[in-house]
Amino acid sequence: MPKSEKAIVRLCGVSKTYGATKALTDVDFACFGGEIHAILGENGAGKSTLMKLVSGVIQPTAGCIEIDGSETQLAGPAAAISRGLICMFQELSLVPDLTVRENLMLGAPGTSLGRLDGNIVARAQDILAKIDGAEIRMKTRVYDLSLAERQQVEIAKALSRNPRLLILDEATSALNASVVQKVFHLIRAERDRGVGVLFISHRFHEIEALADSISIFRNGTHVETFDNGAYDYGAIISKMVGQRIDDLFPPKREPDPNAAEVLSLDGFGWEDTLHDVSIVLRKGQITGLGGLDGQGQGDVLQGLFGLLKGTRGQCIMGGEPVSIRHPKMAKSPALSIALIPEDRKTEGLILDQSIARNLELAALGMNTIDATDPAIYQPFLDALELKCDSLDQPVSQLSGGNQQKVALTKWLALGPRCMLLADPTRGIDVKTKTQIYALLRRLADSGVAILLLSTDYEELIHLCDETHIFYNGRITRQLAGANITAENIIAASLNIPSKEPATRGSVHA
Amino acid sequence: MRDFLRSNKREASAFVVLAGLLSLYLWSHPIGPTTYVMTIWANQCLILALAAMAQFFAVIVRGIDLSVGAVMALTNCIASYMVIGSGIEMAFGVVVVIAAGIGCGLLNGLLVVYGRIQPIVATLATASLFVGLALLLRPTPGGQIDYDLADAMTLDVLGMPTALIMTAAIILLIWVPLRRTGLGLGLYAVGSSEQAAFQSGMPVAKIKLASFAMGGFFAGLAGLYFSFVTTTGDAGIGPNFTLNSIAAVVLGGVALRGGIGTLTGAIAGAFILKTIGALMFFSGLPPLAQPFIEGLILAGAIAIGGADILRIKNRLEAFGR
Repeated sequence: MPKSEKAIVRLCGVSKTYGATKALTDVDFACFGGEIHAILGENGAGKSTLMKLVSGVIQPTAGCIEIDGSETQLAGPAAAISRGLICMFQELSLVPDLTVRENLMLGAPGTSLGRLDGNIVARAQDILAKIDGAEIRMKTRVYDLSLAERQQVEIAKALSRNPRLLILDEATSALNASVVQKVFHLIRAERDRGVGVLFISHRFHEIEALADSISIFRNGTHVETFDNGAYDYGAIISKMVGQRIDDLFPPKREPDPNAAEVLSLDGFGWEDTLHDVSIVLRKGQITGLGGLDGQGQGDVLQGLFGLLKGTRGQCIMGGEPVSIRHPKMAKSPALSIALIPEDRKTEGLILDQSIARNLELAALGMNTIDATDPAIYQPFLDALELKCDSLDQPVSQLSGGNQQKVALTKWLALGPRCMLLADPTRGIDVKTKTQIYALLRRLADSGVAILLLSTDYEELIHLCDETHIFYNGRITRQLAGANITAENIIAASLNIPSKEPATRGSVHA
Repeated sequence: MRDFLRSNKREASAFVVLAGLLSLYLWSHPIGPTTYVMTIWANQCLILALAAMAQFFAVIVRGIDLSVGAVMALTNCIASYMVIGSGIEMAFGVVVVIAAGIGCGLLNGLLVVYGRIQPIVATLATASLFVGLALLLRPTPGGQIDYDLADAMTLDVLGMPTALIMTAAIILLIWVPLRRTGLGLGLYAVGSSEQAAFQSGMPVAKIKLASFAMGGFFAGLAGLYFSFVTTTGDAGIGPNFTLNSIAAVVLGGVALRGGIGTLTGAIAGAFILKTIGALMFFSGLPPLAQPFIEGLILAGAIAIGGADILRIKNRLEAFGR
């Protein structure tokens, strides 16, 4: 069946804001029956927000959603499901404590709170059999399934509900290539019988193989929609990149490849999520960790800070192998490592307590410093220009940027030799960003080794002396100096081999 | 079968423990396994089992109900006025008692769902309300329940204790059918992962409300059955039952974090707890030591249930549980 004339879903001037952050700005977008429509964009470009709007999980702040040409309010996922808009979510929508069978029946169209419909299970089992999932037993709890099996169940659950528009958000990220082929076969069959498909994937070759048309999103705006094949990789990537801001960042120093090693990881790994990671942190250097969300970068930081049990490989500090089994060991004067965690509101700070109390937390219990002495924090608070009424103010009253300054200062006061930072500037205003960048550079110059995880590739380019890009739990590329470019980072993040031979040489730089 | 045992291992072990304890009890009882002994035992067990069922419906949706005992006290006091007189009057009285229970549960549910108050706080407040009302009705224990009706509910039918027949009836007529509906499944989904339930298109608010209302229904039944056993009204029975109902669901394999456990498990837990109490009564242990032993058993059971935490590989995950 050819692409239909009328859009199943059309977004007209839709915006979505969360407080001060704009997730989507004035987006016009449409998807049609009989078409596989891929959405491409960087982290935070607004792809997931778009999916959530179409599947009724969230409602637009401004603008309207039309379904089959008439304006419709999607009050919740139930409303979307009853209209045939079926979403397979990236954060899986399976209930862990229920069995596979129960999950397949949960919320099936026409069921709601009434009698459960066993027929849908048979339908889902047929689908599972077609995607190598026949051995998944219906009575197993979802909790006991592997991630790949859960994705297979998710796909079967979505397809068994007779979608008119099928929304797949990273639907196949944990599946191996042969299963992915079978899933694609099913998706094409759905398209051929008139179903519309919205497809988010970070695997470029999947999009190339599957999509009829492609839309690019950047910073919450819809950049362009075009037919698959209209542009080559390079052109597509440059559409995803956008402009850059240069004066945000302090000037880089000439890197010294012979600077003393502070910490090195050799063959580091953990469980199934991290494999064979080797990184060298040198004095005065800022080392970046990049890649798409959740490719294992975060586990490197957590592992180095003693949060993970059973890590593999070796960690060498000051020429000696060390084993870091607990955050208390990590922060001890012998190692002196600090971690600024990703979620400052839950992991970095105690929001209801005062600034002064929060500052003391890291230094408490250290024999070498007096945690209650405000003088050890003041220089950093001054350097970062913390704005507050008094240090007795609860941290919850501060802006995100000022909160992050408190979280940074509490560790800086310990005078760490090595700082691990997980996306320290996420959701923070530009001025604070520049202050943090300047501080990190100053710290590096004073001899602190810095490991910076960032989802913002501008930081990897302009702040870092060296960058490791993660994909699927491994470092796929190591970029240094002039090779740290947006194109190279994105290509490595998506695990596409770079075409220019000049940059390929940098893998072992 | 393997899958069934794996996903129901907590309930399965609860039933094994119960069977062992019951055999021990009947063997050690001075009179021995007569219908009389079984009936007394079953009556005591059913009161707590009904309270545990009330608690189950709060816990399964990731809540907790501190008003179970208070609802029992209130409904017990209402019953001591209304479940007496002609057949029609008694029938009306029973309906009022149960409706009062459902009303109390619904109030809890409304506070939790629409008031957005944490269940532990909401039910702590309503518990005081309900006990206060009960005290207004019965400042001192008194009143009366129709003896014939009370006898019919608390003796035996052809040698089988009525309480056990009623327990079976509740499982077969209420629980089994409920498990085959979207509502029954929704209780677990909401308790296990509210977000996944919502994204699967389930009406989360309605499910929580219904769950608390069902909790009120069973708390009302518990108060009513307590009335049949004691044949008077007493506003002071609450606190003991609230705490024991929580202990019972935990013993019966219901996870306090919600989403795991069954009504039959909660019933088994209540039966276990009461049987332990009865065993100790005849064991010759000094009465003052009995709460200590009960506490040890409960703590042991909970520790076994929490052993999963040793398998966690990321220290941060231990805090999210």
